[in-house]
Amino acid sequence: MSRTTFFEVEILDTKTKEQLCFLDKVEPHSSIADIKSLFHKSYPKWYPARQSLRLDPKGKALRDDDILQNLPVGTSASIYFKDLGPQLGWTMVFLVEYLGPLLIYLLFYLRVPYIYSKKHTFTSSTHPVVSLACACHSFHYIKRLIETIFLHRFSHGTMPLGSIVRNCAYYWGFAAWLAYYINHPLYTPPSYGERQVNYALMIFLLCEAGNFSIHWTLNGLKCEGSKSRRYPRPSKNPFTWLFVFVSCPNYTYEVGAWVGLSIMTQCVPVALFTLVGFAQMTIWARGKHKTYIREFKDYPNLRMPILPLIL
Amino acid sequence: MSAPAMGTSKTAHDSSNKKKRGPGTLAIAYLVIYNVVMTAGWLVIAVGLVRAYLARGSYHGLYYSIEKPLKFFQTVALLEILHCAVGIVPSSVVLTGFQVMSRVFLTWAVTHSVREVQSEDSVLLFVAAWTITEIIRYSFYTFSLLNHLPYLIKWARYTFFIVLYPMGVTGELLTIYAALPYVQKTGLYSITLPNKYNFSFDYHTFLILIMISYIPLFPQLYFHMMRQRKKVLGHVDEYSKVE
Repeated sequence: MSRTTFFEVEILDTKTKEQLCFLDKVEPHSSIADIKSLFHKSYPKWYPARQSLRLDPKGKALRDDDILQNLPVGTSASIYFKDLGPQLGWTMVFLVEYLGPLLIYLLFYLRVPYIYSKKHTFTSSTHPVVSLACACHSFHYIKRLIETIFLHRFSHGTMPLGSIVRNCAYYWGFAAWLAYYINHPLYTPPSYGERQVNYALMIFLLCEAGNFSIHWTLNGLKCEGSKSRRYPRPSKNPFTWLFVFVSCPNYTYEVGAWVGLSIMTQCVPVALFTLVGFAQMTIWARGKHKTYIREFKDYPNLRMPILPLIL
Repeated sequence: MSAPAMGTSKTAHDSSNKKKRGPGTLAIAYLVIYNVVMTAGWLVIAVGLVRAYLARGSYHGLYYSIEKPLKFFQTVALLEILHCAVGIVPSSVVLTGFQVMSRVFLTWAVTHSVREVQSEDSVLLFVAAWTITEIIRYSFYTFSLLNHLPYLIKWARYTFFIVLYPMGVTGELLTIYAALPYVQKTGLYSITLPNKYNFSFDYHTFLILIMISYIPLFPQLYFHMMRQRKKVLGHVDEYSKVE
């Protein structure tokens, strides 16, 4: 068969198996992304990001860069379609997830009406640590927003809408909860006074710097092109030396920053947020750690997923 | 006696894709003993209820006659979370944890903690529902593990819930509702500001939130069981495979 043979592609619904679309005269070197674009023309509401195409209803989704003629199909291909639901680009996702806590905390700091009793509306706390905590919390999320816009490069294009709602409920809800207590008129400053606050602030700042350094390093790795994959290593920056012990020092530093905030505010909800975050990041770190080990045969043995020598 | 089949499913969920292998012979023996003991325990509670009713001649205050075995056997059920975590039972740790914890919560944090509700009739409502459900459930597991499940038990497990589940939920909600005024009055399990950990907890509000959470949760679980029923009882001819 000469190369100029065109393919026929029928797209079937995964659940009902009915034919949704029939494409003829498809170029053999078309990619799945091209197929998705063609399908999108027939069904405008299913933009490519929310299409999942597969050769077998129970099989894995095909990648956008798979080429039609390289797939195990004849010149007449049956592809199954599943709707992934509305999607949002990663950048948008993180902007929404981080702007929420930033602004919500400020609402509590400023003591807008209806949160605390009327006589405390728009007053400010007498404790300096409360203002410091607001500054730190805001700094944390502003830093994250800046990193999202300028630094991070995301692999998969999008995230489903349902996940975003759930994540936002979590971040926003927790931010409101811990902000409520820190900015409460009956807030009690830390037991060991200024010393406790200063040490905690130091921990917080060091961990924020550390976290940023790791993000910077990881971003540098991605710049080298997707073909030459290398795992992150310590560089001249002392904060990256944590790579000697840990696969995901960005998570380690993140937990550290929140531990700092917990000590600084001496507030149980902050500590709980730290704990839940730690649990979630440990799960992510272990997954990443396993991926590294699988991919690189010379991956250092000393490294643990998130806590040096421990976890 | 031959070793029972590996990976016997204790729920109707098909776990054929799980990468964990099924329980070994020792685990199966342990699970059989566990389920037999639990069946017996809930039978004791059932008998205790009937005897107390016959002795007193009324439905009131029967809780006191079975208080201790109820607390004991409902608390022991926490082991089921461990079974899932360790992998000898192919159920979700989260789902099982949630179910068991809600029972334990009602037993200890509501009924035990707020003495005044112990004489409420709503307590009998949920205790009766739990008792019948658990007797059927644990005998179902026992027979399944022994690969000898009588259709009657399977039918009962997937049919009785239609009445027992709403009955139990009603009893639970009424009991929590009855506890509310006492919790508010005494400030039970509550912390107020100011305190050095900058934390507050109002158990009264918490209980109200728990009651509200039944609204989305109960229909989901109920209809899940309905779907399971269709799946399991719908194919009478191949019942041995479905387990």
